[in-house]
Amino acid sequence: MGLKLVLTGNYSIAYAAKMARVNVVAAYPITPQTSIVEKLAELIEGGELDAVMIRVESEHSALAACFGAALAGARVFTATSSQGLLYMHEMVHWASRARIPIVMGIVTRTLGPPWNIWPDHTDYMDQRDTGWVMSFAVDNQEAFDLTLQAFKISEDPRVYLPVMVGIEGFILGHTTMPVEIPDQSAVDEWLGPRRQPYVIDGSDHLALGNLASPEDTEEFFMDIQNAMEEAKKVIAEVDEEYSKIAGRPSMGLVECFKCEDAKYLAVSMGAWSGDLKEAILQLRDEGFDVGLARIRYYRPFPAEQLYERARGAKGVVVFDRAISFGSAGPIFLDTLASIARYSRKTPYVKNVVAGLGGVNITSEDFSKIIRKFVEEVESDALVPFEWYHRRGG
Amino acid sequence: MSKPALPYKARDVVLPGDAACPGCPIPIAWKVLSAVFGDKMILVIPASCSSVVVGMYPGNSLKASVIHVPFASAAAVASGVAEALEKRGVSDVQVIAWAGDGGTADIGMASLSGAAERNHNFIYIMYDNEAYMNTGIQRSSSTPRGAWTTTTPILGKGEEKKDVARIMIAHGVPYVATASIGYVHDFYSKLVRASKIKGFKFISLHAPCPVGWRFDPRYTVRVARLAVETGLWILYEYYDGRIHLSGPSRPLLDPSKRKPVEEYLKLQGRFKNVDEKMVKSIQEYVENNWEWVKRHM
Repeated sequence: MGLKLVLTGNYSIAYAAKMARVNVVAAYPITPQTSIVEKLAELIEGGELDAVMIRVESEHSALAACFGAALAGARVFTATSSQGLLYMHEMVHWASRARIPIVMGIVTRTLGPPWNIWPDHTDYMDQRDTGWVMSFAVDNQEAFDLTLQAFKISEDPRVYLPVMVGIEGFILGHTTMPVEIPDQSAVDEWLGPRRQPYVIDGSDHLALGNLASPEDTEEFFMDIQNAMEEAKKVIAEVDEEYSKIAGRPSMGLVECFKCEDAKYLAVSMGAWSGDLKEAILQLRDEGFDVGLARIRYYRPFPAEQLYERARGAKGVVVFDRAISFGSAGPIFLDTLASIARYSRKTPYVKNVVAGLGGVNITSEDFSKIIRKFVEEVESDALVPFEWYHRRGG
Repeated sequence: MSKPALPYKARDVVLPGDAACPGCPIPIAWKVLSAVFGDKMILVIPASCSSVVVGMYPGNSLKASVIHVPFASAAAVASGVAEALEKRGVSDVQVIAWAGDGGTADIGMASLSGAAERNHNFIYIMYDNEAYMNTGIQRSSSTPRGAWTTTTPILGKGEEKKDVARIMIAHGVPYVATASIGYVHDFYSKLVRASKIKGFKFISLHAPCPVGWRFDPRYTVRVARLAVETGLWILYEYYDGRIHLSGPSRPLLDPSKRKPVEEYLKLQGRFKNVDEKMVKSIQEYVENNWEWVKRHM
């Protein structure tokens, strides 16, 4: 085995990029992501990581430079947050449609105005339709694991799509936890050298992105949808292989926490799932049959797994730390669509939007919300959407 | 300076059957590029006429590598390509960011400035047709004063042309040049010089567009040459801290050798509505530019 380090979430991601032996890092500073690329700069300048650091003048250029380097055969990494991710958004689409493997860390932060550096998931959710594989960590160990696995998934010929790994700023980003780092030689053997569908380095005459007919264009996009389906298998395989190196069990697309026999199923994503787990333990003590399905991969969305978890439940409550204004939370919409895809008989499904702008939601809040939800279901008086807001505490 | 021979094999790379308009300067320039680099070039092309000129998938009118990229990103993508190739030890291919004036002087300015300041090893060529031609002749910051465009439809452009070469000189990059598709040997020798210099190279290439400038397609080269002969477009190189005037422009240091700007303007429909006052002001612009060049020689 390797070693155990005490790392922030941001450093966990930086160390994973180092373990993947990235060749090129291009990045631009933004709170709360910055310490990822500061750490990588330190590792590169200190000679611990043999890579080129391109200190670009914007996030748009950060991903553009990563894109160029990836085309030319380099394993690349960047990271960003919030406004930076939005500024980069055009390139986010461009990279996936070019089917070029890239790994990016997203340290989530609220969008402005008003200026706000606390985390919610809106910046991350804004990338929903970009064609990137999207994972999200619950703690620093998972931030490390998902980032390292992202390289393998992205470079799998069945996938060949870029991958972004999300964590919440500050909650994980700037909070230290012990993180197990696997042995470098085991990682090297498992990950292998860079793989990509094509290389633009002058060895062949390739034109990437020439004007195409509507039919050709649509077929490229259909291929991405197929690759997303394949990615579900690849993610499970990669997690399984990795668990042997890491010595921890694999979880695949969804973590199931006390969900096998749950009459009431909570669905969530991100660090607050830790508080939600505490609430579930508390509620179980109180006699509620509650469980949690935690989304580890938001794209491809684990529709089958969620349906399997939800089909036996009487009620499902979906927690979203983002909202599609005028509709509902994005995870709720996906969950509902997933269940409806496999069955016309759906359980009660409720959406709770909370924690936007970085409002802190505790395990007590979760307990309160779930008790109320159970009461609503049992009395057949479901309030299908609720924006849970609190002050203080 | 004797003229370097242009290899005859230009057609091996710039294939017949591209999607350019009649009289388009772009394939002329690409033939010069291919004469220098053959098929060993990677062109990074942002949204522009050139995105279309290379033709439709699965066809490709250039037997070289092409990367199409979003409008603002050419210099940044080229930075990444250049760094990755260097890291991999690939040195037999020339990375060229090939962008129009809109993609350079306007939306691409920040990424261009960033790449120049970081001094990445590639050649950035701004082919300057002085407006957004691909979207249908809209004003750019590189459109000259007085010119009609579809977004300056009645009054013509009121502001001076942005001089991107000067901005690049201010970045302290190792090589900056102006060139013209009317002087292919001059352009050729500048590419050769640029290819031998490590770091960031910028070439501003004057490229008259018959569609957007409203002249007969057979006059592309004539218009390009008149821009130089009138002194409106000054051919030079900047290296070792000073301007080196290029052959075609050298005699024009003497103002009496310059043709009057009217000869250039009258061939183009875009200047149809300029009055005498505007012509005088364009002539003054020429004199001011020459003064600046003289001060930096």
